[in-house]
Amino acid sequence: MDNSHVPQHNISTYAHNKKAIYATDNNGDYTIVASSGWDVEEEATRQALTELERLAADAFVRVLTGEMSPLYFHMYNRRMDLQVLAESTGLFKWRIRRHFRPRIFARLAARMLARYADALGLSTGDLGRLPPAGCSDD
Amino acid sequence: MTDSGYSHGHAAHCESGVMSLMMRHHGLQLSEAMAFGLSGALMFAYLPFVKLGGMPLIAYRRMPRAIIKGLQKNLGIKMKMQTFSRPAQGTDRLDALLAAGKVVGAQTSVFWLPYFPAEMRFHFNAHNLIVYGKQAGEYLISDPVFEAPVRCLAADLQKARFVKGVMAPKGLLYYPLSVPATIDYAAIIPGIIKKNARAMLKTPVPIAGIRGIRALARAIGRLGQQELRYAKLFLGHIVRMQEEIGTGGAGFRFIYASFLQEAGRLINNPRLAEASELMTAVGDQWREFALLLAKAIRGKKSQIIDFAALQAKLEDIAEAEAAVYRKLLAEL
Repeated sequence: MDNSHVPQHNISTYAHNKKAIYATDNNGDYTIVASSGWDVEEEATRQALTELERLAADAFVRVLTGEMSPLYFHMYNRRMDLQVLAESTGLFKWRIRRHFRPRIFARLAARMLARYADALGLSTGDLGRLPPAGCSDD
Repeated sequence: MTDSGYSHGHAAHCESGVMSLMMRHHGLQLSEAMAFGLSGALMFAYLPFVKLGGMPLIAYRRMPRAIIKGLQKNLGIKMKMQTFSRPAQGTDRLDALLAAGKVVGAQTSVFWLPYFPAEMRFHFNAHNLIVYGKQAGEYLISDPVFEAPVRCLAADLQKARFVKGVMAPKGLLYYPLSVPATIDYAAIIPGIIKKNARAMLKTPVPIAGIRGIRALARAIGRLGQQELRYAKLFLGHIVRMQEEIGTGGAGFRFIYASFLQEAGRLINNPRLAEASELMTAVGDQWREFALLLAKAIRGKKSQIIDFAALQAKLEDIAEAEAAVYRKLLAEL
């Protein structure tokens, strides 16, 4: 790629950062060009982020209606899925799935709650409830 | 910005960037492209049975840590690599190394590093960065994929170093014990390049190297039988692995072309310059492919995605890339 063709699309998913791209100058010599992003990459990242947001929003509703425990929402809100949560906590998937049931979650021991809270980077208090404003990134 | 005489540099990829910066700090001038190419880390792999976030593993390079290990082996660098069972131990060790004036490589999660913007925070546990100091409870970090040095609270870095799961860093710290003062490039470059070319052409498994690219092409051809939402996520996933994760463009093919060019000059071999130009052209084709994928994702629901055309494009790329490796094997 010619360095005049390195995209500088100021893409939203870079949040004002730049990535280093390798491209050739007029003499055909390779140099590093700081790029503000390619809209092709933005499309793909945005698609992935939208999917994660969709999963968190769905989970929010399912917790709100009492179908699932707050753990289910916090997992998706931290951009995890069952596999990642199982790996992060060292728990079997089937155990976590049980803890998605509100009545079982409500009876969990403090130690188990602390394990989830640690993996999700939350206080045990926050783990037990939905955030007031719905899903957020942070 | 300097501390203990360390200076930051902007790189495309974390692991090759860290190794390049670390070698430079220890007096060995090694560009990122050379660090990447000399480690023999160029690859392609499509592992449909390994799922990450519901998507198959697609990689344009070897496994994490392959660059560090490849450079140790090929350049005779000796690295100290240390993991920890307890987070507090890992933090104490890092602090002690910094107090001794060392510049230290660390493996971390991306998601738990607060200096990454929310848009870039995904669960990937094999990120690499350099810690070069500590001030007022904050680490001074040279993260090569960022333009400038950053800072990170001690508790946050510890969390990022000790996440559990796939490719868990286990607090990995590394730094060189000995770095050669000079390297006989003419003696080692041809062998390293040929070995990498052979690995791309002659893999025993049909999911790695050129055969891996062809396997992915066939998988794309079959996407029409899948639910449209999944098919689009699959295509987007390819673009992300090729461009988003910090590959210098075209899934490391441009970095490799840069390496071939630099290597050719070092050992005065015009064949490598020709191969570099061919690899650049292959990289341009990968970028065209990514553009086609983005158009397919963007399309309206009613629009039909031409999966066969995407498959054909990727098969063309496989052929063009294979030709570069065949040339390298024949002429070096």
